[in-house]
Amino acid sequence: MTDVVLNTERLFKSFGALKATNDVSLDLRKGEIHALIGPNGAGKSTLIQQITGHLASDSGTVRLMDEDLTGVGPAERARKGLGRTFQISSLAMEHTVLQNAVLGALGQRGNVMSFFKPVMKDTQLVSTAKAALAQVGLAEFAATRTADLSHGQRRQLEVAVALTLKPKAFLMDEPMAGLGLEGAQQMIGLLTELRKEAPILLIEHDMDAVFALADRISVLVYGEVIATGTPEEIKVNPEIRRAYLGDEVPA
Amino acid sequence: MTRETWINVAALAVLLGVPLWALMADEPFIITLATRAAIFALAGVGLNLALGTGGLVSLGHAAFFGIGGYAMGILASHAQAYTPIMEVPFLIEGTKSMPVIWLVAMVTSALAALAIGALSLRTSGVYFIMITLAFGQMIYYFAISWPAYGGEDGLSIYVRNEFPGLNTLVPMQFFGLCFAILCLALLLMNAIHKSAFGLALSAARQNETRVLSVGMKPYHLRLVAFVISGAVTGLAGALFADLNRFVSPTMLSWQMSGEIIIFIIIGGVGRLFGPVIGAIIFILLEHTLGGLSEFWHVYLGALLLGIVLFAKGGVIGALAGREKAHD
Repeated sequence: MTDVVLNTERLFKSFGALKATNDVSLDLRKGEIHALIGPNGAGKSTLIQQITGHLASDSGTVRLMDEDLTGVGPAERARKGLGRTFQISSLAMEHTVLQNAVLGALGQRGNVMSFFKPVMKDTQLVSTAKAALAQVGLAEFAATRTADLSHGQRRQLEVAVALTLKPKAFLMDEPMAGLGLEGAQQMIGLLTELRKEAPILLIEHDMDAVFALADRISVLVYGEVIATGTPEEIKVNPEIRRAYLGDEVPA
Repeated sequence: MTRETWINVAALAVLLGVPLWALMADEPFIITLATRAAIFALAGVGLNLALGTGGLVSLGHAAFFGIGGYAMGILASHAQAYTPIMEVPFLIEGTKSMPVIWLVAMVTSALAALAIGALSLRTSGVYFIMITLAFGQMIYYFAISWPAYGGEDGLSIYVRNEFPGLNTLVPMQFFGLCFAILCLALLLMNAIHKSAFGLALSAARQNETRVLSVGMKPYHLRLVAFVISGAVTGLAGALFADLNRFVSPTMLSWQMSGEIIIFIIIGGVGRLFGPVIGAIIFILLEHTLGGLSEFWHVYLGALLLGIVLFAKGGVIGALAGREKAHD
């Protein structure tokens, strides 16, 4: 298929006898949100780490725009276009919101080894950063210290930093985690917009959000993808209802 | 100006004003003390890039301080004895020229920092502290057991090295030189702190994963910081040896590494002028309390304890509050 942006092919990862990912093949297509769901310990986070390069796979390949990423480290994968957000906000807490976004823009541009020019006066970087902040609705908090942000705002900032990377694909590890109802609604609105920029591989526990957002859903159980399909197909799949959703269908 | 800027200006004014006063009052020893403070401050400014901005607690920076010192000692001792350092494969002669000595001191300590850093930075936390300590001790014992340049006894240089247009034997002129270099180093560090590199290095201290996931390698950032840091501390070592006209393995000892860290902790970790204020206070204590008791370090220990317990940001942190994020 030509519109595949990111795909994994037969990924395996074991920790001792535990098969954390077992023969995982999935793809992320242009313009879509592909949600990855599964009970705790199903291997979702392991899979994300294999895709971002933080964990080396035992076997299998990850491809971004048909380029094999095997043996490529996490920093290079980010530069090649994998924009990641973390389950637990991972930001430079002492820096301002704007500085965090500029850091992303800087990473996208490369050439960090600049020692004399004040980086916060670099209009190109700052305007990229400000545009990303505006897009997630954090424009007015640019000068705020990141540690002083609310939990929800930090989640938004994570997305903004990923945006400054101008990624080819987003990998989002539970962006709604810990958000209140209002925050989750806001984030759902944001992600709906974001998929136009780059497709999103979304790990999420919030089923309302998943069914509201996802174009396709893959269900991961004990490291294996047991089903992939549209939300409608997943909802009615009896195996999934038993294994994961319980008998009550959400939403 | 922010309150921190005022404190910084005051620190420089004290460091410059005291020797000027001493010049009028004809107290050359005070000028020497101020020179010592300026040089210690420079060593601390070097370490502060690695320790403060980069979060790399190096307990081996005496290695660079000492290598700078020995660079001066070796070059000058050959020059005063009129013997070349080596003849094959090509001739290298000693020199009494400060600019050349400084350059050699910075290059050699930068190379040492590159080698030590490349290995040490594969570890982190307490392992990093221990491995830098181990490298420092290796060089210390090497200097002790190498008889060519004085071994344990060290190396005396009879006349201070020369700087074009100055008489470096005049205490005030040598102080001026050291003070000017300190100011240049502070300007450099200020620029680095605000640069793209500084932003990334500081982010790597706060959150390594964040830096990785925007496509930068913390290891490279830290290694470059460690090399710059080592070079500046090495330059301080060359000046220190010139001040005393003497270099010995003491400059390489781990106590020296500890003292440089102490300057930074007293003044404020990661603050531009932290090591300057720390070094001034250290020299002040050494001079006043050292006269009262040989065991003045007890009081230094009490001060450190007080700072660690009650003023984690050091003197600057206590007076100026949390660092303002610059824009």
